[in-house]
Amino acid sequence: MPSLKDLKNRIGSVKNTRKITKAMQMVAAAKLRRAQEAAVAARPFAERMTAVMSALASGVGTGEGAPKLLAGNGRDQVHLLVVMTSERGLCGGFNSSIVKLARLRAAELSAQGKTVKILTVGKKGREQLKRDWSRAFVGHVDLSDVKRVGYANAQGIARQAMAAFAADEADVVTIFYNRFQSVIAQIPTMQQIIPAKFEGGAPTALYDYEPSEEAILADLLPRSVATQIFTALLENGASEQGARMSAMDNATRNAGDMINKLTIQYNRSRQASITKELIEIISGAEAL
Amino acid sequence: MAGSVQFDLVSPERRLASFPATEVQIPGAMGDMTAMEGHAPTITTLRPGILRVVGTDGAKAYVVTGGFAEISASGVSVLAEQAVPLDELTPAALEALVADATAAAALTSDKDTADKTAADLAALRGAVGS
Repeated sequence: MPSLKDLKNRIGSVKNTRKITKAMQMVAAAKLRRAQEAAVAARPFAERMTAVMSALASGVGTGEGAPKLLAGNGRDQVHLLVVMTSERGLCGGFNSSIVKLARLRAAELSAQGKTVKILTVGKKGREQLKRDWSRAFVGHVDLSDVKRVGYANAQGIARQAMAAFAADEADVVTIFYNRFQSVIAQIPTMQQIIPAKFEGGAPTALYDYEPSEEAILADLLPRSVATQIFTALLENGASEQGARMSAMDNATRNAGDMINKLTIQYNRSRQASITKELIEIISGAEAL
Repeated sequence: MAGSVQFDLVSPERRLASFPATEVQIPGAMGDMTAMEGHAPTITTLRPGILRVVGTDGAKAYVVTGGFAEISASGVSVLAEQAVPLDELTPAALEALVADATAAAALTSDKDTADKTAADLAALRGAVGS
């Protein structure tokens, strides 16, 4: 049975914890709004890019002479997995869900006898993958100093991936990130970026191409890779804040429940001790 | 206003401009072109250069690097990898832009492309300086 003083201290410390989680939740909410705005602002570019790329890609096709970034290098042996996670913790299952998906994929690939290479973005995922897959690590992109993810960051990652592809160190590049659906739902997503895949895309309008269709495609493919990575980074940013917000909301609520329980326990034992003292006084008086 | 097209300038991070314009001068990879109402639908890649737009409320100019422009019946959209309004461009920002584009060009295995980009950048530097 804890003493009254112990209980009081305990209540005090849980109250402090609740203050912290509440503050973190509010910070995450503010950041989430900004991250969502950034994601929305980036949408027109990505949408146009995809529309033009799929029209171009379906026009040129994947036959002979098509750019390698589109058609692939004809092999399917070495897979580079780009796993994007957060730099900070306390965001619920955000990182675990990405890592779980990446781990599944990596296990599946190595069961098929393929070589797996992993490029990690964000240190939380790296820490989680270190135990099983540290041999597969080929690099790490540290974004912990980056306040706001910019297109330049995406370009950096894209260049690493494309350099690996160009040097025949990777045949297929896949990115892993959390797609933002709502504050309570983030969907871990796997997306192949090299060779590029574009869905649908019938040649829409009849355009004049300057220079040729093939030249434009070759020029735009690297940019499209960077754009896809950028979109993924932004989605990830919004998801992280969303996940943190709901995790901290839960933590705040749990702390509240705990405070209620402890307060009831505290009051009960206070009353018990008062009753005990009264009984002692009364029985003392009766004995006289 | 008669004879105007909808002009959009979009960078990966945000939409920079969107307004009706009478003419848009695009620094295309094969040479400059001016898009006005009724231009044939065209897609062209951009070279580093200056994009000039004549809108209803005066002319505007932007320094753009990389990307493409899409001219269609509904309007002109320029998707630039980097775009800075010309009057907001500081020498330091220009240098950063040039350095970035040079680094990107150095990665391409094609020497012609790299040379061309370098020449474009030199021309751009001259144009901005004047």
